[in-house]
Amino acid sequence: MKKLISILSMLALFVVFAGGAGAQDKAPEKAAAEAKAEPAKAEEKKTEAPKPKVDKGDTTWMMVATALVILMTIPGLALFYGGMVRAKNTLSVLMQVFVTFCVIAVLWVIYGYSMAFSGGNAFFGGFSKLFLSGVTGESLAATFSKGVAIPELAFVAFQLTFAAITCGLIVGAFAERAKFSAVLVFAVLWFTFSYLPIAHMVWYWDGPDAITDAKSLETVTAAAGWLWQKGALDFAGGTVVHINAGVAGLVGAWVIGKRIGYGKEAMPPHNLPLTMMGACMLWVGWFGFNAGSNLEATGTATIAFLNTIVATAAAVLAWLLAETVARGKASALGAASGAVAGLVAITPACGFVGVGGGLVIGLVAGVAGFWGVTALKRMLGADDSLDVFGVHGVCGIVGALFTGVFAAPSLGGSGIFDYVANGVSPEYSIGGQVMTQAIAVGTTIIWSAVVALIAFKIVDLSIGLRVTEEEEREGLDVASHGEAAYRM
Amino acid sequence: MKLVTAIIKPFKLDEVREALSAIGVQGITVTEVKGFGRQKGHTELYRGAEYVVDFLPKVKIEAAVKTEMLDQVLEAIEKAANTGKIGDGKIFVFELEKVVRIRTGETDAAAL
Repeated sequence: MKKLISILSMLALFVVFAGGAGAQDKAPEKAAAEAKAEPAKAEEKKTEAPKPKVDKGDTTWMMVATALVILMTIPGLALFYGGMVRAKNTLSVLMQVFVTFCVIAVLWVIYGYSMAFSGGNAFFGGFSKLFLSGVTGESLAATFSKGVAIPELAFVAFQLTFAAITCGLIVGAFAERAKFSAVLVFAVLWFTFSYLPIAHMVWYWDGPDAITDAKSLETVTAAAGWLWQKGALDFAGGTVVHINAGVAGLVGAWVIGKRIGYGKEAMPPHNLPLTMMGACMLWVGWFGFNAGSNLEATGTATIAFLNTIVATAAAVLAWLLAETVARGKASALGAASGAVAGLVAITPACGFVGVGGGLVIGLVAGVAGFWGVTALKRMLGADDSLDVFGVHGVCGIVGALFTGVFAAPSLGGSGIFDYVANGVSPEYSIGGQVMTQAIAVGTTIIWSAVVALIAFKIVDLSIGLRVTEEEEREGLDVASHGEAAYRM
Repeated sequence: MKLVTAIIKPFKLDEVREALSAIGVQGITVTEVKGFGRQKGHTELYRGAEYVVDFLPKVKIEAAVKTEMLDQVLEAIEKAANTGKIGDGKIFVFELEKVVRIRTGETDAAAL
């Protein structure tokens, strides 16, 4: 327990300090961008902002992308996890992912969307859109292009699926021993106090339409989430989804304790074809997750799309190579895990980096993920059953940091778009951006760990986190759900 | 009468069955089993976890035969199941007291 805390806090402190140092590099950059804005101000026109255009193609793409992200969760993630547990716990994992999805979906429309994506302060959204109040089929949500919007309900649905899969991911860390009710109560607490604020901090802004000059840029930035203000880049959720969930999972694995017989009894995956199928569905669904995060069917979406193929393939090869060197054999579980590692790492980067950058991120993620589930896992000493931290946490951090490197225009990245000059800002400091990324990573680690720790303790003290020893031996399928996955 | 029980490699089952049919054995019972002998098991790796699998899958054949056929039966199994490598299995022979055919009530040699 002490070891875990110290490793986590060291990691968090390191990135925060490193980030703090780098923030100074970042400041001149911002100032430069604003200075550049001055000439733009001169040619400012007095025309009224036209009503944003809604494109049928964008709307269609967002609905398809949303459905794809649902495919990632149910059945993708559920099967990926389901195959890795022992046969007697298969249904329990499927149920935990499936029902968590449903709980979050309901909470999302009640208060989740409002707390993440309406104006409040830099850390929490407000309550102006409780029960989606005022959001109709006519409401519009901003995209990343001026004058282009999508129906707000498409945005609500798309973001719903992100919240749901993030909470579903955590389940893998304490699989095979958690109480069903405890999982759901934890999901509600953690979703409310960690997912929503982090999503707000990283992604909330008013959209580009109001930005015409340096002053309006300042106004829009000031109203945005804390990490958005800092300039952290997270295209599709490296911090919000993967680091967030990975850290919560690790804390959960530690608080709930190891499985009975862990390290003594054999606990091999009971059905790797299920895991393989789940990984493949995750991969296919991830196109919605990554390319959909562009919110428009444009060229940037196609970059994200291609990166989602290439980085993933590279990560599979890298994982298998590492495995072959270390163990002598390339395994199917390694291939499936490598794919997820690559997908996780390319998530924050996918729309910002070129294909070359995506390739490198994939290769690094494959090796980092393998290290995460072997050496790092032994070091942490927690029974993170399905390696939520080893894969999602570690590769999420790799992806978030490398986004700062390969987003650089000099390395084939997109750079940072300057909405005042309406073009890519010519200034890009790799060191400064990596430090900004590190602040985002550190913030997410600390925030999620603290919230998760408190939430797990609350659940443990109120209804109890763990099933009884007898129930654990019998298997959660029968003990928690009164049914069995397989009939002999 | 004798009861012959043989533990063999699973992929040798068809050959053994054919060899026994050829010498006139009327029926056998087959079970999938696991066990260990001199053949070593193997190691399985799942991410960070390593498991040693000691028990290897084998097939158990049981045949009830007349005493005078015993040598022929043993020879047939031995020949068909042999690969010359460790792990080919073993044959056990037991004394058989009584046999009953359930449908007709015939007993012993008539029931075989």
